Amino acid sequence: MEIARPTDLAGVLDALDADPAATLLAGGTDLMVEVTYGGRRPASVVALRRVDELATWEGRTIGSGVTWARIEHGPVRALAQAARTVGSPQIRSAGTIGGNLGTASPAGDGLPFLAAVDASVVLASTAGRRTLRWDEFLTGPKQNALQPGEVIVGVELPEHLPERQEFAKIGARNAMVISVASACLVREAGGATRIALGSVGPTPVRARRAEEMISAEPSPSPAAVAEFGRLVAEEVSPITDHRSTAEYRRHASGVLARRLLERCL
Amino acid sequence: MTTTPTAVPTTTAVAGGIGTSPLRPDGIPKVRGEFAFSGDLHEEGMLWGATVRSPHARARILSIDPAPALAIPGVHAVLTQDDVPGRKTCGQAVKDQPVLADGETRFWGEPVAVVAADDAETAARAAAAVAVRYEPLDALTDPGEAERQGSVFRTMHVVNGDPDRRGEVVVEGYYETGTIDQAMLGTEAGLAVPDGEGGVDLYVATQWIHEDHEQLYASLGVEPGAARIHLSGIGGAFGAREDLTLQIHLCMLALHTGRPVKMVLDRAESFAAHVHRHPSRMWYRHEADPDGTLVRVEAKLIFDGGAYQTTSHAVIANGAYFAMGPYHCESVDVVGIATRTNNPPNGAMRGFGAVQVCFAYEAQMDKLAAALGMDPIDLRLRNALDAGDRLPTTGQVIEGAFPVAEVIRSLAAMPLPDAGPGGDPRHLPGGAGLTTTAADIRRGVGFAVGFKNIAFAESFDDYAEARVTLTPDGLLVETAAAEVGQGMVTVLQQIARTATGIEQVEVAFVDTAAIGSAGSTSASRQTQMTGGAVLEAAEAVRDEALRRAGGGTLSGEGVLRDGVVVATLADVLAEGPITELVRFRHPPTTAPSETGQGDLHAGFSVAAHRAVVDVDPDLGLVRVVQVDTAQDVGKALHPAALVGQLEGGILQGVGMAVMEELRIDDGVVRNASFTDYLLPTILDAPDVEAVLIEEPDHWGPFGAKGVGEPPTISSTAAVVAAIRDATGRDLTRAPVRPEDVAGV
Repeated sequence: MEIARPTDLAGVLDALDADPAATLLAGGTDLMVEVTYGGRRPASVVALRRVDELATWEGRTIGSGVTWARIEHGPVRALAQAARTVGSPQIRSAGTIGGNLGTASPAGDGLPFLAAVDASVVLASTAGRRTLRWDEFLTGPKQNALQPGEVIVGVELPEHLPERQEFAKIGARNAMVISVASACLVREAGGATRIALGSVGPTPVRARRAEEMISAEPSPSPAAVAEFGRLVAEEVSPITDHRSTAEYRRHASGVLARRLLERCL
Repeated sequence: MTTTPTAVPTTTAVAGGIGTSPLRPDGIPKVRGEFAFSGDLHEEGMLWGATVRSPHARARILSIDPAPALAIPGVHAVLTQDDVPGRKTCGQAVKDQPVLADGETRFWGEPVAVVAADDAETAARAAAAVAVRYEPLDALTDPGEAERQGSVFRTMHVVNGDPDRRGEVVVEGYYETGTIDQAMLGTEAGLAVPDGEGGVDLYVATQWIHEDHEQLYASLGVEPGAARIHLSGIGGAFGAREDLTLQIHLCMLALHTGRPVKMVLDRAESFAAHVHRHPSRMWYRHEADPDGTLVRVEAKLIFDGGAYQTTSHAVIANGAYFAMGPYHCESVDVVGIATRTNNPPNGAMRGFGAVQVCFAYEAQMDKLAAALGMDPIDLRLRNALDAGDRLPTTGQVIEGAFPVAEVIRSLAAMPLPDAGPGGDPRHLPGGAGLTTTAADIRRGVGFAVGFKNIAFAESFDDYAEARVTLTPDGLLVETAAAEVGQGMVTVLQQIARTATGIEQVEVAFVDTAAIGSAGSTSASRQTQMTGGAVLEAAEAVRDEALRRAGGGTLSGEGVLRDGVVVATLADVLAEGPITELVRFRHPPTTAPSETGQGDLHAGFSVAAHRAVVDVDPDLGLVRVVQVDTAQDVGKALHPAALVGQLEGGILQGVGMAVMEELRIDDGVVRNASFTDYLLPTILDAPDVEAVLIEEPDHWGPFGAKGVGEPPTISSTAAVVAAIRDATGRDLTRAPVRPEDVAGV
């Protein structure tokens, strides 16, 4: 197995240019499980941990190599709440936000926040940079728009983030668990509201009809809150698997939507 | 009665004797990572083994072609059923499980072939390269269908009392429990070293080296003395190591290649390799007089044994014998069936058949109390058994301590925790996921009582050997008993100290050639059995030392008279060694009659649990706040280790109540990983307060009882009862899933 260990972004891009099919390794919290239990045997690896440029967080640009441990204690409330639910302390010290995007699991804990705020993903290759909105980048379960030769540089948050933002995640135990359903809701003082849910569709799901309905309510009545929950439950498209049932996930999506909205009022 | 001990006064003249809580000798090495577990074994020039396992619940093996594996550089052997030198099958009571698949695979994960290679990675690649052609066959995976087809390992029919006795108040219920895994942290691992003369030494983590040995040499086709088993460091067991997993495979590879061979299973393979707790289906009918006197219990139990028998015959027997709890009843009719299917084999796990039925009979007792309009604790007290009573199922008169009422009263008298949860959201249902606020929750309280027997039953010749030798420096205790992490090593030291007054005690775990069997580390039996052997041997050594010195008091310095050393230990030993080998037996038991009657059990222990839970009914999420317990322990030999057993057993019970379950579809396990087989984390762990009821038992050292299993028997039932109390839902299946609580 070939391993490239570049120390700057240019080195990463050169390595990928030479071997576009190389597997990218950051925290390794997904990849090493695939290697150990999934029988994956990458022919070549580009290791990213030595690249400081990827691990920087400046203003609204979060480098792909920023770990969940940093995000957990960072300034963005709902993203920090999501970060706290990622694995164990050891996993959070290794795993990165770029890994969440690279793996593109429907259960990725950081993804509902990125979807709720309409974040963008910055990609680079020797051919240059491009920026894709989250829903252009996440194309399906464990599928994304990353092309051979490209690396995820980071995430770009919008210039303005709503102050009111809340995240919650359901699992069958109280910590260190893969999401059965999760949700992130952000709301402007004027009422504009967005909600994205995880583990209830092939990619994070924005409940746009529910958003439209509740955004028009500057001070929603209990009936409006309930209607919002009902609409969210309608808009998700969950499946039944060994972790939960579609019916429960749909139900839980509505409950989480109501509760997060109430926390943001 | 004592409360949870913090500092227990030393009651013996010697430091570290019984009743105190000395540090365990392997404690600091384990905490520092210096203790060698079986996965750490190493031998120069060793090969690594790996196992080819069936991906089908049932299939015919059309062909096995080892050539692609053997073509990989560094691969030394591919062995199949044809290469098993001796008996082709193994098993504890019935030898029905092929050492390697015999032309048909009968469960997902069944070993088909084993390989040896230069390193673990090459061995894994070789296992994947062995070309096995399967023809999948229809798999029988529904226990109900298996019962209809008569595909069963054992059917019990326990009948006692007047079959026409009827009560005015009747409750019926149907209950289920899921397939539960022991999930011991140390996966299966071992090292086999050939001796160059056709024999082999196996170093392995197991629960009973002598039972393993019987099966091992028969399948290797060698004389008993040519195969020796040595205990290596054991990282937990809970029943998972009672059946053979990799023992024969390792020795076959070592004898075939002439090289040492090591195997360490990864977590996913560990789930496939060992047996699990039987899933159950249970129908119950309880009848009582209007005053709450229980008069008749009918039950039908189906425990699915999976593809091979292992201990299913004994697990279903326990289910039937303990099917109605520690209560009086005039009339009993229990049918227990262990089915044979193409599910993964089920066998021993902490509680061994008593856990499933406790979940059902305690739910029935709550239901009956509601139907009677009685307080559920009063109902239990009204019917509580005591020493000297007859067990309503088997008719056996209960000897020794059996303080059911005192256990119930003591637990009921403990204070409940504060009404509300604290402000930390991590301690609410949903925990770190921040799903729930204090306004969303309802609190519930549940109570359950459970019991089971201690040691082996049904006329089994149950014994334990131990040897105690006086040395110039102190005592050497030799045993083949498995220290699986429970702390037996310390308890044996304490027993020897108290018996002799000598503080310096070394416990050596020796191999099958060096001493006779200690029996299995299971059935909560080693404190009483090997502890009993050590006590008798140590007392004999003491008496001989004092005889040689002409009387006095023994201590670590020698024999004292009037506080003066009159003979050192070396002086005492001058006329020859002092060593005593004891084979200890508990009171004999009988075989059951056709209706399950007889003096089948050597003794019993009872425990009760009271769970307090906070439930988020909308999301179905649960936080177990506190589980308090009262347990009948005989005598607390090591109070700190004992409480550790209670806490650990309770946490295992909490896991079965709210999250642990192997998800098996059509015989295939879907969650063979710690990502998806969820164990409680520290955020899921309740506080535990314990009351120890110390009434000496009729046998065993100092009246002590085994304490390992009772904490797991009724804790699950108590937690689910508490969730019922919080939500008003029936919740007849464990583990309870969020969708069950939320009702979606």
